[in-house]
Amino acid sequence: MAEVEETLKRIQGQKGVQGIIIVNAEGIPIKTTLDNSSTVQYAGLIHQLVMKARTTVRDIDPQNDLTFLRVRSKKNEIMIAPDKDYFLIVIQNPSD
Amino acid sequence: MSTFFSQTNMLLMSVWSCFFGQDEEDGTEMGEGDEWMQGKTLIKPLDQLDLTEAELKEEFTRILTANNPHAPQNIVRYSFKERSYKPISSVDQLAVHFVLEGNLLHQDSDEARRQRAKQGLPEDKIVKSVLWFFLLAQAAGGEDAGDVEEGGGEERADSVESKAGKKEQKITNQFNFSERASQTLNNPLRERGCQTEPPPRANFSATANQWEIYDVYLEVLQKQEKNKEKAKAVPKKDDDKGKKKMMLVETQSDDITKVAKVAKIIERMVNQNTFDDIAQDFKYFEDASDEYREQEGTLLPLWKFQYDKAKRLSVTALCWNESYKDLFAVGLGSYDFTKQGRGMLVFYSLKNSTFPEYIYPTTSGILCLDIHKHLPYLVAVGFYDGCVAVYNLKEETLQPIYKSTAKSGKHTDPVWQVKWQKDDMDNNHNFFSVSSDGRVVSWTLVKNELVFTDIIKLSLAGAVSEGPEGVQLPIMACGTSFDFHKQIDYLFLVGTEEGKIHKCSKAYSSQFLETYNAHNMAVDAVKWNHFHTKVFISCSSDWTVKIWDHTIKTPMFTFDLNASVGDVAWSPYSSTVFAAVTTDGKVHTFDLSINKYEAICQQPVVAKKKTKLTHIEFNPVYPIIIVGDDRGYVTSLKLSPNLRKKPKEKKGQELPKGPEVEIAKMEKLLSLLREPENSNA
Repeated sequence: MAEVEETLKRIQGQKGVQGIIIVNAEGIPIKTTLDNSSTVQYAGLIHQLVMKARTTVRDIDPQNDLTFLRVRSKKNEIMIAPDKDYFLIVIQNPSD
Repeated sequence: MSTFFSQTNMLLMSVWSCFFGQDEEDGTEMGEGDEWMQGKTLIKPLDQLDLTEAELKEEFTRILTANNPHAPQNIVRYSFKERSYKPISSVDQLAVHFVLEGNLLHQDSDEARRQRAKQGLPEDKIVKSVLWFFLLAQAAGGEDAGDVEEGGGEERADSVESKAGKKEQKITNQFNFSERASQTLNNPLRERGCQTEPPPRANFSATANQWEIYDVYLEVLQKQEKNKEKAKAVPKKDDDKGKKKMMLVETQSDDITKVAKVAKIIERMVNQNTFDDIAQDFKYFEDASDEYREQEGTLLPLWKFQYDKAKRLSVTALCWNESYKDLFAVGLGSYDFTKQGRGMLVFYSLKNSTFPEYIYPTTSGILCLDIHKHLPYLVAVGFYDGCVAVYNLKEETLQPIYKSTAKSGKHTDPVWQVKWQKDDMDNNHNFFSVSSDGRVVSWTLVKNELVFTDIIKLSLAGAVSEGPEGVQLPIMACGTSFDFHKQIDYLFLVGTEEGKIHKCSKAYSSQFLETYNAHNMAVDAVKWNHFHTKVFISCSSDWTVKIWDHTIKTPMFTFDLNASVGDVAWSPYSSTVFAAVTTDGKVHTFDLSINKYEAICQQPVVAKKKTKLTHIEFNPVYPIIIVGDDRGYVTSLKLSPNLRKKPKEKKGQELPKGPEVEIAKMEKLLSLLREPENSNA
C-alpha cells in the first residue's frame, strides 16, 4: 500500500503534472488532488469516454483490452489508465 | 282471427278518434273540423313557385313503368370477342325494397322432410302442429293441452279433421311441454380480495456485447479449473489453509493496492511525456554528421538513472536482462577498501528513468551480479564480504532466496564475478563464482540450499609460503574476473590480481590449460568474443586493453588508454567492435575493421571530471550502452551509426548476415597479424 502511495506522490511531483484522480468502476472519484468540482466533472466525462473506448477495442477482438488512453489537447494532456475495477486519470502539461 | 281483426279495427278507430279529438281542441289553428277529411287549407310557403291558372291546369302525363329508377342505364361491358367496350342493352330492373329471412319451410321440401324424420312426426300433421304451437304461445301458461285444443278448434276451418287426427295419435313431443321455472336461492355475492406485499423491485440494465459474453465464459472456465485443482489438492490440508488465508487477505485489502498496476503504467506515461525528446532520440535519432566524419562516431547521451538512496555508492556491476530488453540490473557497493558499508541491488527499466522497478538493500556491498539467461527473475549476486546470494524477483520479500554462509562454503574474500551456467543433469540451476581467495566455486541450487563445489584453486605456480608449524602452503592467487566460453562449455578464463590470465577447464581441477602473462596489474575484466571462438579481450588497471587469440600466448592487439581501464565489453552486433571505460570518465569505442590502432570514438560522458567510470554494458538489442560510475549514476548513451557499421556489401552481391560474417571478419584481421611479414609486403 505504501508503494502505491509513493508512486502516486512521485507522479504528482513530476514536472508539469496538474492533478491525479482515481475513479472506481461506477465513476465515483475516490482520491483526487484537484478541487471537488473539477474532479467530479473529469470523473463523469472521462468515465464515459473510457467505457466507449474499451467497448470499441473489445468489440473488435474480445481477447484484446484497453491498456491506456492519451488525450492530448492544446493546453495539456489527459492520460487515462483503466483497470478492471478502477481507472487513474493524470493531467499533465508536457511542455512545462 | 276475426277477433284479431276486430281488435285491430278497434285500435284504428281509437287512433282516429284521437285525431278527431285533437282537431277539436286545436280547431282554431287547423280550421273547421269537418273539412279535414276533404283537405286541409293550403298554407303557401313563401318560396313556392307562383304559377298562373293556365299553368296550373296544365296536364302532365306521368307514365308508370316497371322500371327501376335507380338502375343504371348505361352499363358497359368489355367484349373479348370484339376487343372493345360494348353497352349492355338490357339492364336488370329489379329493386329490392325489403328482405326478411324467414324460417318457414315448405312441407314437401327436403329440409322439412329431414326435420320430420328427426322428430319422428307423421308428415301431414306438421302444419297443424305449427299452428297448435302458435295458439299455445298465446294462451296463458300452465293450461292443459286439452282445453286449449278445444278453444283453438272453433276458430279454424279444418279443425274437424285435425281433431280426428289428434285422437288417433297422441303426439308426445317436445312442443307439449310445460315450463316450470323456479328460482333457487342465490347466495349473496361477496368479493374478497387480498394483496400480497409486492416483491422488491430493482431496475436492472446491462449491455450484452460480444466481449462481455466472452468475459463471462472465461470466468466460468477459470472457476472450473479451480475446482479441478481443489479436487486434486484436497488431501493436502496445508494448501487449503493457505488458500483460505489468501481469500481473507483479498477481501480485506485496501482500495489503494488495486491501483498499483495502473499507477505504474501512469507513471511510465508521465515519464514518457517528461522525457519525450529523449524517448524520441532513443528511437529515431541517427547522427547525420557521421556521414561527414570518416571514421569517428559519437555517443548521444540519453537517460540518466539515479536513485536517491544510492548516492554514496558506486556502481559495481551492470547486467542487461535477456528476456526483457529494457530492464537492467545495477549492483551498488564500494571499491574502496576502507569505506565498506551497505550495498544495493537496483533494477531499472528504460521506460521509467526516475525510479527503479525493484530495489533490494543489502548489508554488504555488491561486487558482481548476473541474471539468468532463461529465467529472467533469477539473479545471482556476489558480495564484498564473500557471500553469494540468489534473488528471485518474483518474490515479494527483499531477502534473497538463497544465501551462502560461512558453513556452506562462503568465500573468504570479496567475490569478483558470478556467472550462471546451464542447468546440471538434475535440472538444478547452478552458477560459478570467483573470488580473491583464489577459489572458483560452483554453486548449485538444490531445493532449499546452496551446495558448493570447488572447481579449481588458483595457485601461484611455484610460489610456496611458510605457514605455521613449518607446513608449506601454496599461495593462492586472487581471481578478479572470469568468463566462460560461448560455445565450449567447460572452457573458461580467469583473470588474477597478479595480471595473469589462466585458461581452465571445469574438468581439471588442479591444472590450468594455459597461462597468459597478460598485464602488469590486476586483470579487471576478461571477456570472450561473441562471434569468434578464439578471441578474447582483457583490460587492466595498467592502462591497457589487450586482444588475444587463445591459441597464441602473446596478445594480438594492445591498446593504451592513458588511464586505468575499469571495464571492457564486446558489442553484440559486431565481432570487431568493443568499448572500454576508464577512470578519467571517458568511453573509448573501437572498431578493428575500421581502425586497428586507434579508437573511433573517445568521449567523456560524465559531467564532473573526477567521476570514474566503472562498468559498461551493451544492450543486446538496441544500439545503446549503459555506463556506471562511482557516484551511483548510470548513464545511457546511444551509439551513432559510425560505431555500428556492418561490413560493406559488394556491388551486386547481397549483404551476408549472420555470425559467420563476423567470424570471417575477425579471422581476416587475425590472419593479417599472424603473418605480418606478408601483410606488410
